[in-house]
Amino acid sequence: MIELVQTYWVYFLVGQYPNGPLGGLALTVLLAALALVLALPLGVVLGLARISPFRTIRWPVTVIVYVVRGVPLLMVIFWAYFFLPSVTGHKTEQFSTMLIALVLFDGVYLAEIVRAGILGIPRGQFECARSLGLGYWRTMRLVILPQALRHMLPSLVNQFVATIKETSLGYIIGLTEVSFIAAQINTQVFTRAPEVYGLLALTYFVLCFGLSRVAYGLEQRLVRGSPVRPAASTVTAVQSLKAPA
Amino acid sequence: MGTFDIALLLSGQYHDWLLRGLVLSLQIAATTWVLAVPLAIVIALLRLAPLAALRAAGTVYVEGIRNVPLLAHLLFWYFGAPELLPEGLKQWLYAGNVEVVSAVVALTLYTAAYMAEDIRSGIRAIPVVQFEAARALGFGFLATMRRVILPQALRVTVPPLISQTLNLWKDTSIATVIGVAELMYQAAKVESATFRSAEAFAFATAAYLTVSLAITGLAAWYHHHYPARTA
Repeated sequence: MIELVQTYWVYFLVGQYPNGPLGGLALTVLLAALALVLALPLGVVLGLARISPFRTIRWPVTVIVYVVRGVPLLMVIFWAYFFLPSVTGHKTEQFSTMLIALVLFDGVYLAEIVRAGILGIPRGQFECARSLGLGYWRTMRLVILPQALRHMLPSLVNQFVATIKETSLGYIIGLTEVSFIAAQINTQVFTRAPEVYGLLALTYFVLCFGLSRVAYGLEQRLVRGSPVRPAASTVTAVQSLKAPA
Repeated sequence: MGTFDIALLLSGQYHDWLLRGLVLSLQIAATTWVLAVPLAIVIALLRLAPLAALRAAGTVYVEGIRNVPLLAHLLFWYFGAPELLPEGLKQWLYAGNVEVVSAVVALTLYTAAYMAEDIRSGIRAIPVVQFEAARALGFGFLATMRRVILPQALRVTVPPLISQTLNLWKDTSIATVIGVAELMYQAAKVESATFRSAEAFAFATAAYLTVSLAITGLAAWYHHHYPARTA
């Protein structure tokens, strides 16, 4: 097992980079981070739309949320993979395909986290801001969202873990992320499948478990040092949002 | 791409492929569910056991499984694990439907880890005095669980378990990577045979969505008829 690591560790971590495109674990982390950063604004917009006072905004977004949450991520990836080229006119490479699918999918899940986060801010905060003369948008931007995002921080780290796990599906469309690289290594050494895939699992474990500890630490700090305690119902609402596979 | 040819989906060879995929997906989900629920109960009880060593074993299982993507589990159980088996057993396994067996094993272990956590938090929602009262009346740990705690915990646990069932249903799609001929695999097969991606994926999307919405509906029904009682 030692010589397996010694021979392939660079390939495993960065793929063919500097001599080719970036791949491996670096690509996995990059893709997950980029997807989460881009999905966050989408999540805030969809989350606000989900609790909008106007039903012309609320209903279509609710339908989108239910549809995306009702199908597997793989289905979203397949649609993106086969339909983006026919819409844009030229072939989309795997990285952008995967990124677009992940942003859409995560955006919808983040929308539910944002929604729960906002609903968890005591209503008095909203009413105070409005009676001080702030409009709806300024109330959201200056009073509600800063507090809500603070409570959402642990959920966001958990969502990052979920996104890292989701990037593994890039394997199916031939994206050279870490699972794909592991499969490549497996075909090269051929007889060492349990070790190769065991190491792959171990790599994911170290990364994801470490990050979920960070989320736990943040949660503990928030509970101790929060100026406004979230209502008990929100904590359960946020926790009941199970991360996708 | 041309027009959307709905006739392709309603009858004929491609209709049969897709339908066979849907049936296999449902079978995999059902088999996994039946195996995962008892396993999840055992792990949840391990996580709450009075012995520290048992609790540690439960924690290692749950954290170890949940922090690795399902795809990596599938790759391991399909390509890796059979190599570790003795020769005779390996031959027997490869003679049968090894893809489906690997997929069910991976899905069961994966789903059980998530379900165990839901069951555990359901049990922890029951006030500890219930447990103490039962123990004071002379019930052992297992008898207390079976007769006092679990029946009450059930109401709190069923809604998250239904939502895990929904996740399980969606997760069956990932089995396509190891060549299980389930719905996603058949949709891709129809796509490559006919170049009609819209039709093939529309069928798969509609099928996944229908089952998902049915499961969501079941959750809403349960929540309405059996609301969790707060002690």
